[in-house]
Amino acid sequence: MLIVDGLSAWYGEAQALREVWMRVDEGEIVTLVGRNGAGKTTLLRCLMGLHGAHGRTAGTISLFDEDITGLAPHRRARRGLGFVQDDRGIYASLSVEENLLLPPVNKAGPEPWSLKRVYETFPALRERRRFPGTKLSGGEQQMLALARVLRTGARLLLCDEPTEGLSPLIVQQIGEILREVKAAGVTVLLIEQNVHFAATVADRHYLLAEGRIVESLDNDQVREREHELLEYLGI
Amino acid sequence: MLQQAFNGLVGGAFYALLALGLAVIFGMLGVVNLAHGAFYMLGAFGAFVALDSFGLSFWVALVLVPPLLGLAGVVLERLFIRRLTPLDPLYGFLFTFGLALILQDLVKREYGVSSQPYPRPAELSGTVDLGLFTYPAYQVFVLAVSVLVCVVVWVVLTRTRVGMIVRAATERPELTRALGIDVGRWVTPVFGFGVALAAFAGVLAAPMRAVNPLMGADLIITVFAVVVIGGLGSVFGSVAAGFAVGLVSALGNLYVPALSQTMVFILMAAVLLWRPAGLFGQQEAFR
Repeated sequence: MLIVDGLSAWYGEAQALREVWMRVDEGEIVTLVGRNGAGKTTLLRCLMGLHGAHGRTAGTISLFDEDITGLAPHRRARRGLGFVQDDRGIYASLSVEENLLLPPVNKAGPEPWSLKRVYETFPALRERRRFPGTKLSGGEQQMLALARVLRTGARLLLCDEPTEGLSPLIVQQIGEILREVKAAGVTVLLIEQNVHFAATVADRHYLLAEGRIVESLDNDQVREREHELLEYLGI
Repeated sequence: MLQQAFNGLVGGAFYALLALGLAVIFGMLGVVNLAHGAFYMLGAFGAFVALDSFGLSFWVALVLVPPLLGLAGVVLERLFIRRLTPLDPLYGFLFTFGLALILQDLVKREYGVSSQPYPRPAELSGTVDLGLFTYPAYQVFVLAVSVLVCVVVWVVLTRTRVGMIVRAATERPELTRALGIDVGRWVTPVFGFGVALAAFAGVLAAPMRAVNPLMGADLIITVFAVVVIGGLGSVFGSVAAGFAVGLVSALGNLYVPALSQTMVFILMAAVLLWRPAGLFGQQEAFR
């Protein structure tokens, strides 16, 4: 469903991505693994169309056989991309419920989560629905960020390290949600430093280094090389 | 002293209306609109010209001038401001500052620098007994209308979907686009609305302040201090700070007359030392 062909990106003179080629098929969960500064977040932002404000890009991105390279971010969202950014992107000036209701629902996609379903899955969000979004704990904010894009009926979730800094219990819960949305036909591209967690939720992995995709790994390879990868990632 | 406090609130009403427009424009466009004071001045001159050349009363001007100038703001945004948003903020400063000078000088060329007379509307020429003291009816009207406008804007911002989008786009413009909202579509009306608010304040100012080409330039510096005190981009903060600054400078005027002009900036420095993001700001004003 997603094909990235020869994608390069620059911040001023500095090249952050070097001819990245990758594909993600419908219903897959694919992770991007790599050190800090390898270009993972830049890649996700390019996919969402958010890099343009900071620098040049080259190459093409297509989604469902449509070239979306030149499309504005909001048009990409309406074609089924759901973005969960690294700082979770919760609005302080919006209540928890407004955070959920802000993005328009995409009617073309898989069944969008209703507000009722969101609240049944995450009772904490219902309890605090009138609170400012940022009054939630880190884990709850991550749930809110995920629930927000699920409510839009996004077909491909782009998640930038959703487990970062969260307790093992919440990481486990996020894993369950990802498996659940996968079962419902949603595709996920996930940045993940926790390779152990990655191997339990994802189907495949791309290893990114210095702006290039250097390796494509399956779960068995990740498990075999877990120690080596962790050492490489500096964790 | 109570009367002086009341004067302060009336002065604060102008700060609040202007700061409100500046805050939504800055929040959504990332442009510091240095021409905001010029639009305020044009609002007052609009009222003056409406009366002088067309015989239109204050009330007609109050209803007619803000939307007309708001429309001019829409055209301006479409033609110029739009092109500034992706650039370094410096270009925004330069463009809007230049625009302010051009607008000022155009008015100067036509009317000179001396103040134009503008009478109070006959309906509000008397005084009102406020219990503890009597007060000019027009000033009471200004305060009431400004509070009303701020409350209406507040309700729209907090209770409607449009308001929700404006708040979201003000706080995180990039993410809001990534969540499927066409922020660009809302930018033009928001700019027009901010300009209309400045013009509205200008019309209100005509009967009680000197109507001259520099009236906006004199006021806008203080309004920027107000916006910084309230927290850049915070709508609620700018309104609250507007009234607070009016109050502080009026009381300052009473007790330490020598400092009355400086008071606002001392307050700004103190607030920034205590809370670098301003009273209600989310991010640091200067990074």
